[in-house]
Amino acid sequence: MGRNRIEKTSILLAVSGLSKSFGGVRAVSGVTFELRQGELLGIIGPNGSGKTTLVNLITGFLKPGTGRVNYRGRDITRLAPYKIVGLGIARTFQMVRPFYQLPAYKNLVVPLYSPRVKAMAGGKYGERDSVALDLLEEVGFERDSYVSYKVASSLPQGYLKRLELAKSMALRPDLLILDELFSGLSLAEVASIVPIIEKLRFQGKTIVMIEHRLKELFRIADRIMVLNYGEKIAEGPSDEVMESEPVKKAYLGSET
Amino acid sequence: MFLGSLVYGFINSALLALIAVGFNLTFGISGVANFAYGAIYIFSGFLTWIFLHSLGLNYLLCIAASVFAAALVGMAMYYTIILRVKGMPLSEVMATFGLGLAIMELFRYFDFVGFRYTLPVFLDGSFPIGEVWVDYQRIFIALIAVALTGFLYFFTHHTKMGLAFRAIAQDERTALTFGIESDRIGAFSMAFGSALAAVAAIVILPLGTIAVEGGYEVLINALAVCIVGGLGSTVGVLVASVLIGYAQTFTANYLEPHWMMLVSLAAIAIILAVKPSGLFGKQKELEERI
Amino acid sequence: MPKRKERVDRGIKARSEDIFALSSPREMLYLLLPRAIPVIGLLGLGPFLTPYWQEIFISTAVYALLALSWDMLVSVGLLSLGQSLFYGIGSYVAGSLNHYFGISVLFTIPLATILGGLLSTIVLLPVSRLRGIYFAMVTLVLPLMFSRLVEATRILGGTEGLTGLSPFPNKWVAYYLIQVVLLAVLFGFRRIMASDYGLVIRAINDNDRSVMSAGINIHWHKAQVLFLAAAVGSFAGAFGTHYDMFAGMPGFALDYSIMPIAAAVVGGTGSFAGPLVGAFILVPLSEILRALGALRIVFYGLFLVVFVVALPEGIFHYMQRKYHQFERWVEIE
Repeated sequence: MGRNRIEKTSILLAVSGLSKSFGGVRAVSGVTFELRQGELLGIIGPNGSGKTTLVNLITGFLKPGTGRVNYRGRDITRLAPYKIVGLGIARTFQMVRPFYQLPAYKNLVVPLYSPRVKAMAGGKYGERDSVALDLLEEVGFERDSYVSYKVASSLPQGYLKRLELAKSMALRPDLLILDELFSGLSLAEVASIVPIIEKLRFQGKTIVMIEHRLKELFRIADRIMVLNYGEKIAEGPSDEVMESEPVKKAYLGSET
Repeated sequence: MFLGSLVYGFINSALLALIAVGFNLTFGISGVANFAYGAIYIFSGFLTWIFLHSLGLNYLLCIAASVFAAALVGMAMYYTIILRVKGMPLSEVMATFGLGLAIMELFRYFDFVGFRYTLPVFLDGSFPIGEVWVDYQRIFIALIAVALTGFLYFFTHHTKMGLAFRAIAQDERTALTFGIESDRIGAFSMAFGSALAAVAAIVILPLGTIAVEGGYEVLINALAVCIVGGLGSTVGVLVASVLIGYAQTFTANYLEPHWMMLVSLAAIAIILAVKPSGLFGKQKELEERI
Repeated sequence: MPKRKERVDRGIKARSEDIFALSSPREMLYLLLPRAIPVIGLLGLGPFLTPYWQEIFISTAVYALLALSWDMLVSVGLLSLGQSLFYGIGSYVAGSLNHYFGISVLFTIPLATILGGLLSTIVLLPVSRLRGIYFAMVTLVLPLMFSRLVEATRILGGTEGLTGLSPFPNKWVAYYLIQVVLLAVLFGFRRIMASDYGLVIRAINDNDRSVMSAGINIHWHKAQVLFLAAAVGSFAGAFGTHYDMFAGMPGFALDYSIMPIAAAVVGGTGSFAGPLVGAFILVPLSEILRALGALRIVFYGLFLVVFVVALPEGIFHYMQRKYHQFERWVEIE
């Protein structure tokens, strides 16, 4: 992906000095980075390095101790989650938890009911169902089968992850934050979801992906950011980042 | 008047703390809702009376028997009701509430109403503190309240069982992996909380009569203290008891007695407006539940 | 050959799905019958009831409204142990408007419905953001405290309350007013919950974090539901005030809090029709057992416990299942 092209585009998200402590534990410590429009940023790091906490801070589920988050030049640090969604940031959750009693497509009615989508799509009575079905088809729920109509509690993990992705896409975001979307999926399933993400990029969306599956991530990401113990220890293209000393130490342990 | 308010304020606070602490223990620390708390309080009172007057037993024996009976009731409640609706807090509340209601109104139906239903005080007479005369029963209340809260703090922080109580409230599954039998501990916590209700009843009821209304009063007061102090926090219960207790006493002495209820109401209103989860409450607001 | 029990939709249920319902009178009757029963029962039987039974039906309707209000709150995840809060507030507002300002029944009732709803919502709003237990605790405590507050400060008539209030023009107005409102609320609430809005509401109950992350302001929606439920409860209170020509501390009585819950649990929570059924079972039953005095509440309490623990789905769900499905033994392949 032409890096020059990206540097000419505007800064969508600017995080500066973000910190959050829980009791004595510094979950996120002074994280600063910028995200340009159209980029795909991968965030990696060992377990417990604060990746999900960072996402919670950006999307308003947690209030930071210090630091700021700017979106399109506007300070969104202390905004409520639903307002942040209204501005165009959507996220998925690491532990997918759909509305189990509802059929898969009905799960999407909730995001389609949100003010942002209503304003953009009109959302007349009765239309949500068909929009939901179309959305599910986009993420790979086969049209000919009845899988979209099956109740969420009967779906396997692969479909649930796609449902989670569809939920966030339903909100028509400009910035999509995917928290460990690939976890628990087979190689084939991951391979089938990657094109969907590429398509989102093609549509001009900016994407942040938190992942443990490094190989698959590196293939599609523009830039990688590495967190360890809540701090950013590296940032840059994937090959540079993986060669840097702090990152090697974090993943492999230090050798004297 | 001021000294009197100080002294009686302390006793009032002790009384509230004594009432609230059992409720707080069971729900706040072990996550089990027991809305039959007021019923058990009154039940212990009536049971002691029955033991005393119908069986003519020694007072101390009656007390021990009642406390034990209350603990049994708590345990039985856990195994018959809570176990079946565990995990659905709303059902737990409704079921225990219904049971408590049934118990209290049953006493009313069987005519346990009237001035002859009283418990004797432990020791007659009063004791002067400065120029204020305090009856021995009230001093007992204060002493027992202090001792009990101290013991509870020690228990929940330094004994294996106490820590187990807290464990199953925080994360039941993890507790299970540590070999803590959550059902047994839950039952014990409920039994313990009920026993505390009984102790409170036995110490406090001698001040007046045993009346079914008292059961509702106790539930309301316990809830009020826990709302203000924050469910789950022993410190919160103490602070809230002191605040409300003193506020009530001063209002009664310097303004008029019937404004006392207003104090509790005002306390709740203020807390709800300022910090809904209570002064020391650990309940995070929904946004923070990630 | 071992067998298992299987539940299958009845043929007529499948035949009356969607537009096929219009295909024949039998299908239409199948759909209309359950809905017609309450309408005919409540409205049609009216003139044939003896005054004694009319009073019972009115009393039941009041409790049924409170039970419907309760069910609506439970749908969004709020457990109310104090429906009497809404009743008492509505009752006092209507009574005060009538007593101190001389406003006629025609206006006090709608005004009390709206104002009562607003007041209750404002009071309960902060605690509706917290976990369900807190809401339950506060709703239990508040009406009892308000009652004592009135007693202590002697405002709004104190212990005697506000007496000599305007009655309804005649008993038919009273009877049909409440039955019509009851039916309107029943069908209205069911309609709301069947829509996408209702789906969002039930989703908030199920997984509020998910709904929040879907860009919906859950607190605003909870407030809306709270207002709806409170307004219905306040209407019941306002109605009761003019029916009894009295507004006072008994408006905050435990009875108004517990009966609706027992009715909903017995009848089947979440269905709105269930609480109605439950009310129409429990209230007349307790009326017949009135001679037993305090045993009535023992009754409600025990019903509550037994049904919550043993038959949580309630009577209505059971009936509904029987109506739509049949069971048969099937050989296990």
